[in-house]
Amino acid sequence: MGHLSMADATLSAQSKPEHATRPSFLRNLLLKNLSAKIAALPMIVTVLVVFVGCSAWSVYYSFTNSGQLPSGKFVGFAQYERLFHTARFIGAAKNLAMYGVMALVFTMVIGFLLAVLMDQKIRFENTFRTILLYPFALSFIVTGLVWQWIMNPNYGIEKVLHDWGFTNLHFDLLNNGNTVIYGLVIAGLWQGTGFVMVLMLAGLRGVDEEIWKAARVDGIPTWRTYLQIVLPMMRGVIVTTLVIVGSGIVRLYDLVVALTQGGPGFASDVPAKYVYDYMFGRANLGQGLAASTVMLVTVAIILIPWAYLEFGPKKNK
Amino acid sequence: MAVDTLEPRGMRPRPFFTPRKIIIYSLLFFVSVYYLFPMYVMIVTSLKDLDEVRGGNIFALPVRFTFDPWFKAWNSACTGLYCEGLKVGFFNSVKITVPSVIVSVLIASINGYALVNWRFKGSEVFFVILLFGSFIPYQVMLYPMVIILRELKMFSTLQGVILIHTIFGMPILTLLFRNYFASLPPELFKAARVDGAGFWRIFFQIMVPMSLPIFVVAMILQITGIWNDFLFGVIYAGNQNYPMTVQLNNIVNSTQGVKEYNVNMAATILTGLVPLAVYFISGKWFVRGIAAGAVKG
Amino acid sequence: MESSVSIKNLSLDFGSVKVLQSLDLEVARGEFIVLLGPSGCGKSTLLNCIAGLLDVTEGQIFIGGKNVTWAEPKDRGIGMVFQSYALYPQMTVERNLSFGLRVAGMPKAEIEQRVNRAAEILQIQPLLARKPANLSGGQRQRVAIGRALVRDVDVFLFDEPLSNLDAKLRSDLRVEIKRLHHRLKNTMIYVTHDQIEALTLADRIAIMKNGEIQQLADPHTIYNRPVNLYVAGFIGSPSMNFLEGTLNAANQTFVADDGTVVPIATYQFATPVSGSTKAVLGVRPEHIVIGEEAKSKPFNQEVEIEIVEPMGSDTLAWTKIAGKAVTFRCDSDVVITTGQKILVGFDPARGSLFNAETTNRI
Ligand SMILES: Nc1ncnc2c1ncn2[C@@H]1O[C@H](COP(=O)(O)OP(=O)(O)OP(=O)(O)O)[C@@H](O)[C@H]1O
Ligand SMILES: [Mg+2]
Repeated sequence: MGHLSMADATLSAQSKPEHATRPSFLRNLLLKNLSAKIAALPMIVTVLVVFVGCSAWSVYYSFTNSGQLPSGKFVGFAQYERLFHTARFIGAAKNLAMYGVMALVFTMVIGFLLAVLMDQKIRFENTFRTILLYPFALSFIVTGLVWQWIMNPNYGIEKVLHDWGFTNLHFDLLNNGNTVIYGLVIAGLWQGTGFVMVLMLAGLRGVDEEIWKAARVDGIPTWRTYLQIVLPMMRGVIVTTLVIVGSGIVRLYDLVVALTQGGPGFASDVPAKYVYDYMFGRANLGQGLAASTVMLVTVAIILIPWAYLEFGPKKNK
Repeated sequence: MAVDTLEPRGMRPRPFFTPRKIIIYSLLFFVSVYYLFPMYVMIVTSLKDLDEVRGGNIFALPVRFTFDPWFKAWNSACTGLYCEGLKVGFFNSVKITVPSVIVSVLIASINGYALVNWRFKGSEVFFVILLFGSFIPYQVMLYPMVIILRELKMFSTLQGVILIHTIFGMPILTLLFRNYFASLPPELFKAARVDGAGFWRIFFQIMVPMSLPIFVVAMILQITGIWNDFLFGVIYAGNQNYPMTVQLNNIVNSTQGVKEYNVNMAATILTGLVPLAVYFISGKWFVRGIAAGAVKG
Repeated sequence: MESSVSIKNLSLDFGSVKVLQSLDLEVARGEFIVLLGPSGCGKSTLLNCIAGLLDVTEGQIFIGGKNVTWAEPKDRGIGMVFQSYALYPQMTVERNLSFGLRVAGMPKAEIEQRVNRAAEILQIQPLLARKPANLSGGQRQRVAIGRALVRDVDVFLFDEPLSNLDAKLRSDLRVEIKRLHHRLKNTMIYVTHDQIEALTLADRIAIMKNGEIQQLADPHTIYNRPVNLYVAGFIGSPSMNFLEGTLNAANQTFVADDGTVVPIATYQFATPVSGSTKAVLGVRPEHIVIGEEAKSKPFNQEVEIEIVEPMGSDTLAWTKIAGKAVTFRCDSDVVITTGQKILVGFDPARGSLFNAETTNRI
């Protein structure tokens, strides 16, 4: 886009023939493309005040003993110490890790397999895609409530199984602290795999058709072509999908609220819910802010290696 | 070189049932069943009366077919204290979604346009921070935003939640518009510029008319996204403005009273109806939208 | 002459679109055939049918005497080289060459031997450990050829292998492909829309249009005795000059529409003619001569030069004969200027006559 700014430069040079002195340089910096700057003001304010300002504020106040209001005095890492000694938070983090690993692995694998399935020159591809993707249009609240009903221990699938005589089969995942996470995963997969499938399918379709022809002439079986030739070529799509799915998992909140409200006990609690409860429910701002800062750091840990790979020192593509 | 008439000739014989095809279509069938059955369960449950819901199994079709749960969900279901049904939430969601979509799309499209055609010192830096901002967990910014909105006297108001949606929708939409405008031929912009057209004139008379597809994609993304929002609604909108998702959750997960599963399911479907309608009507555009929104950079 | 690839009555439809129509083609063992035609005429489609990448609608394909109409590509004894190279980007050159063989379960030693031989022939030994991304376009195409080479097959198929390369590399690699053919003596079927490639490489050229082969002949015949107006106009750059008029068999003249008379006693007719017919006379720019030389030709005329285009090695000049724009080519040493009056002439023996209605050669 270098040529565009060049054009800008020449155009504005024409309108200001006199030699640029220092004040006029300053004026230039401020007033050049004034309407563009005014138009971009919402973005600038958002970036500075919200994304930078608010994050910095939160991080700063996580080092105070703020209670109901953000006043408090500086207490160093005390909030974090308390946080990491709070069973509820440790539990929430563990739950999220469990959920995250399972959801990530399954959405990626199933999403890829579904994309491969859809790539087999099937009839009614649009219909099948519509079916696989519609849950993604629904909110997590809707998703959570449907699955809550399906997994209802008294009237849901559990009852159907028993009515059919399978009395030793169980599908009451939500009632049991050890299995509730699987319930979350099932609902999450239902909502999100279609989306991953669509992204992966776009990636598959982006592969040069001649690659497929070459592989056929070489006599490489279809499954090996997918696995050893096409999949490595989709690195970009896969990384992007991982980042999107990953940062979605860290934020996991609505689904938990709708499906389990964090229960039974705190068995399906997640950090986002911990933050919310401490900030707005228990008036313990310091704790909430410390927990949210931990979330921020987690996302950064996911993001930084990716950003480095994508935008870092360029190696040959 | 004998040319035998029985030798292979013409179309390769393709039996209608090959093992491969059978496997593919049965897989597709089972997958489709998995994806469809929650919807099916929702619908049949919402059409049964409560006795039947309790007595029968969730897969069974309704015997005593009734629309009462739907009327109840819409008109008189209880959310805690009030029993005014989901319709309040529906209209709140409309009041939140319509202005939020318009404002956020407008601002993001102007951002994208400024970023591509009117670059100024630092514009790219702001954009990169904006993009990374989209990955910051909302929880980090929730409380400071409460303070800011309070200061602006917008906390617990419609304007407040609209502002929030505009802010948090900005990264992805700006990216969408920036990439689209960058793909337009730069000569168009230069020619208009040489003709003496200014910032706004070029935007409204040249860029916008050429970019209707991307506006459609952005609208789809925002309508479904904002309608489905829960977190911002519950925090910033205030009780009287709770959107449909929040009211739905309150109806279903409220602990007092008898659980009316049929009403709950009717309410759930009602809440999903708007995004589903957008999804089914927009079809390929929706797919384009999420693919475009996802493939960054 | 032993037949290597033989196509009988081949048709292919995409739904209602008929891309290839009852096409026949016999390729002898060791022959270099070029399929030449404009974009969309079905060259790639034909090649893909031979390779087995597309299922034919009608007809049969034989390779090495075996009916392969229903065979999988890998079982047809073909290797194929693509326009986009289609190398496997995540594998080294060595893996690219050997992957197919490994999958087929060939012993390690033989794989190594074949890869080394291909690398030696194509002079890509130093590149074996690299990934395709780190190769130049010409090197990539060599690797792509190598991948066909290791398959040790009788028939090579090329689909516009050079069109992604710049002009210089293209002519280098063209020579190399020719050298490769001399060395291996394989059958090669080569698709291009570049007529220089076709003329320089081919033993025989098949000119295609709308899914049909218009003419199949050696380059010399194609160039000098095109079977119809289409082939005549397609081959040659700048293209052949055409004059419309009437052919008089009785007094052996061609009378152009404006009355200009061209004696055609020297012309060798492809078919016996009698009476008078509407016809088109075609003359290539390089067959028109000027000055003293023109005087000895059966037809000559003084004309005015309209435009001069120096091309370096020679000069193109534009003028009018019989009211039609005509180009001719002359040595770059000859000085001609716009507006100059000059004597031009040609021998109809080197020209072509076509029936104006059927467009076929007379
Ligand atoms: N999958 C397809 N479905 C329908 N029509 C097709 C398909 N593939 C090719 N065609 C049509 O068949 C015709 C021949 O295509 P083909 O690729 O063989 O042309 P080509 O001679 O190789 O042209 P080019 O020089 O551009 O490569 C074209 O008109 C094309 O539009
Ligand atoms: Mg082609």
